[in-house]
Amino acid sequence: MSSTETVPSYSWWKRNRMALSPWLFLVPGLLFFSVYVIAPIFQSILYSFYEWDGLGEKIWIGTRNYEELLDDDRFYTSLKNNVIWLVLYMLAVPIGLGIALFLNQTVTGIRLYKSLFFFPFVISQVVVGLIFGWFYNPSFGIVGKVWEFFGATPPSILGDETLVTYGIIAAGLWPQIAYCMILYLTGLNNVSPDQIEAGRLDNARGWKMLWYIIIPQLKPATFIAVVVTVIGALRSFDLVAIMTQGGPYGSSNVLAYYMFETALSEYGYRMGYGSAIATVLFLIMLVYISYFLWRMYQDEQQ
Amino acid sequence: MFPRPIQQASPGFRTGYQLFLPIALLIWLLPLLAIFMTSVRPGGDITAGNVFGWPSQWQILDNYAAVFQQSKAMTYLWNSVKITIPTVIIAVSLSCLTGYALSAYRFRWAVPLFFLFVAGNFVPFQILMVPVRDFSVRTGLYDTITGLVLFHAAFQTGFCTLFMRNFMKALPFELIESARIEGVSEIKIFWHIVLPLVRPAIAALAVLIFTFIWNDYFWAVVLINGDDLLPVTAGVRSLNGQFVNQWHLVSAASLLAALPPVLMFFAMQKHFIAGLTLGASKG
Repeated sequence: MSSTETVPSYSWWKRNRMALSPWLFLVPGLLFFSVYVIAPIFQSILYSFYEWDGLGEKIWIGTRNYEELLDDDRFYTSLKNNVIWLVLYMLAVPIGLGIALFLNQTVTGIRLYKSLFFFPFVISQVVVGLIFGWFYNPSFGIVGKVWEFFGATPPSILGDETLVTYGIIAAGLWPQIAYCMILYLTGLNNVSPDQIEAGRLDNARGWKMLWYIIIPQLKPATFIAVVVTVIGALRSFDLVAIMTQGGPYGSSNVLAYYMFETALSEYGYRMGYGSAIATVLFLIMLVYISYFLWRMYQDEQQ
Repeated sequence: MFPRPIQQASPGFRTGYQLFLPIALLIWLLPLLAIFMTSVRPGGDITAGNVFGWPSQWQILDNYAAVFQQSKAMTYLWNSVKITIPTVIIAVSLSCLTGYALSAYRFRWAVPLFFLFVAGNFVPFQILMVPVRDFSVRTGLYDTITGLVLFHAAFQTGFCTLFMRNFMKALPFELIESARIEGVSEIKIFWHIVLPLVRPAIAALAVLIFTFIWNDYFWAVVLINGDDLLPVTAGVRSLNGQFVNQWHLVSAASLLAALPPVLMFFAMQKHFIAGLTLGASKG
């Protein structure tokens, strides 16, 4: 009796359909993501305990890479620069809010203005780096011209060990401010006009209005702006690579670039040591990732 | 300071605001403007010190043609297309599936797996660099466009899943429920009910991923060795070495590299911005 034979298999699928279906949908993406993202994180951490040139034998050396890091001046310079990046990059959030408030009006053509202000974010960081590198050029860049206008000798921003990191960060802020601005513009669309009106009736104006009524309503935008800015600051690779390659004398290095330089460049193929630097960078990022996930978890609970 | 609507301001203030807008924009985009002006002037202008003034001659065609003739700019641009388009298709398709799995089913692993994708999306590239490069070398994918595409697609699946899942979570769940009660198969629900509803999300992700991948520099350097397969970002970098002190050509090449994402942004602005808010707000 064929019908009784097919029924069990059919109902087996039917019984387990809801349990199995999500996995079938997940398999391709999860597989891909595990191979290229999840597994490499653990591999890198493992490699950081080895001495390895990328080709020959891996030699287990325990924590010696990390001990070397503790004595490595270039590592400390990079770490210090990463902190400067993190702090100064945060300026993108209030400046972005400022520009968003400035543009948050309804006049003819304002949509076009908003999009044009957003422009810098769409452009590759390689191009941003080239533009600013050229801007900073003391002999024919705009900075040189401005200095000459005031009768001063222009500084070579990218050639000066104390200025160089700030010069690169300024270049990075340009697109980042644009990003924060657009987040806030979207947020401002959702600010309730009733509350503003109520605030006005309570005589809240100017800064008080901004601080007590607008900013609390922009909280979701602020959250995302802070997250993407932190990530942008810690991912700062392209600009350093384009503008200075970490120079002069390693003074503008950041962990992301220093790692690349140690593991994959003319300075040698020290994959183990590079992985140790990457692990440190990962641990710093993990603080923010955990915070982000925690916040998301709280939202999920609601 | 929260500004009042400009309509309530005095006429003088309103005119002032409208006059100040273009000035502010000009200052904000000064770097771009300068590089555009440089890209259309003869090289002699720069050596003569005319960097920000009016070009002594408009050489739009000459300069841009020179970039294509004297360099592999065309190859670089084409490589970028060959890297970007397949990545967008793979990453968006995969995330439609994962997003559906993580939003339409209530199972124990839904939230942990979702968080895994989110966390992976935020890791620094450097923690992946050595193993991914090693993996690519061993599988013969190193120095191939396929290898670069596969990595990009896998990595972007994290961000796309975050976005898709949040978008699908906001859909009316009753639709899926009632289809299930009617006995519609899961794959049909996905294909005929959910996919048409997430079209805006697909558009948002497509433009966003297009921009991310087009602008990628790091992975191109790590996974591509030769000159022939470089995307335009890395290509412009090497042009910079080739055109030493020929800033008008470097500028023209940079603008060419920047153009596709800019056009993309203008064509799909609304979707682009929806994507940038990480799917958190649908404003």
